[in-house]
Amino acid sequence: MRTLPLLGLILVLTSVFGIYYRSKNGLIRKKRRLHISQAEFAGSYGRRATILQFSTTFCSQCRAAKSLIADVIKNQSDIAYVEIDAESNLELVRRVDIRSTPTTLFLDRAGFEIARATGAPKRNQLIKVISAL
Amino acid sequence: MLTTNQSNKPVVLIDARGPRYSAAITSVVLALALITESSYVIGFQFAVFLSAVLFGLRRSIYGFIYRNLIQPRLSGPVPSEDQRAPRFAQLIGALFAFVALLGGVTGNSAVFLIATSFALGAAFLNAAFGFCLGCQIYLILVRLTKRS
Repeated sequence: MRTLPLLGLILVLTSVFGIYYRSKNGLIRKKRRLHISQAEFAGSYGRRATILQFSTTFCSQCRAAKSLIADVIKNQSDIAYVEIDAESNLELVRRVDIRSTPTTLFLDRAGFEIARATGAPKRNQLIKVISAL
Repeated sequence: MLTTNQSNKPVVLIDARGPRYSAAITSVVLALALITESSYVIGFQFAVFLSAVLFGLRRSIYGFIYRNLIQPRLSGPVPSEDQRAPRFAQLIGALFAFVALLGGVTGNSAVFLIATSFALGAAFLNAAFGFCLGCQIYLILVRLTKRS
C-alpha cells in the first residue's frame, strides 16, 4: 500500500499528457513552404490544391482520416487527394519529417506545403482549410 | 479525386479495437503489481506480453479474452489494422516487465517500481487516450533503420 501515491502520480502525469495529446491530435497547422514535387509522390498536383495523406497499414486512424477527407472533397475535382504508404516512401517520409500516421499535408497548386495535420483531422477545421485553399 | 500510392505487401490484420481493450486489462494488472509489489503479478504480466510477442495478438492471453468475452458484445463495423506495430509495443512492454521481474526477484525494489511504472504509464495512455507509445516508436524505428 505504500506505493499508492506512486500509482496516483503515474495516473495524473499520463492523464495530463493524454489530454494534451487529444487536444493537439488532428489539429491543422500552418507550415513553412516546403516544396514536394509530383515525382516524389508519383501523382499529379490538383488544379487548385493537393492533399497528401501519409498512412501505414498499422494505423487505426488512417482509414477514418481517409474517409473523412474523401467525403469533404467529394465534389471538388480541382483538389487532388493522394494517400501515400509511409513505409514504401521512406525517403519522402524522412525529407518532410513524418513522425506518425496519419499525417496530412496540404499543398498549394504549385506543390508548396501550406498546412499539415498530425492525426485524423477534425471535420470543421478541415472544411475551413479546404475552402481557404 | 483520390489516388493511392500504397504497397500491396501481405499483412496480418487484427481487430483494431482489441489492443486498446488489452491495454485496459494490462493497466489493471500492472496497477495491482505496483500496489502489491508482487513478483508473481508482474511475472504473470510478463508472460502475457511474451505470448503476444511470440504468437501474435490474436493468440495472446488477453487476445483470447477479448475475442471470447468482449468482441461478441461489440457492435458496428470492425476496424482492422496490421498487427506489427501493436506487437512491437507488446515487445517493449515485455522488456519493461522483464526488468521489473528481475528487480522483484533480486529484491531491488527501485528497479521493480520504476520499470512497472513505465509499463503502466504506457498501457494507461493507450487504454484511456488511444495513444499507443510502442506504435509511435515503431514508425520512428522503421524511419531510422529501414532503407528506402
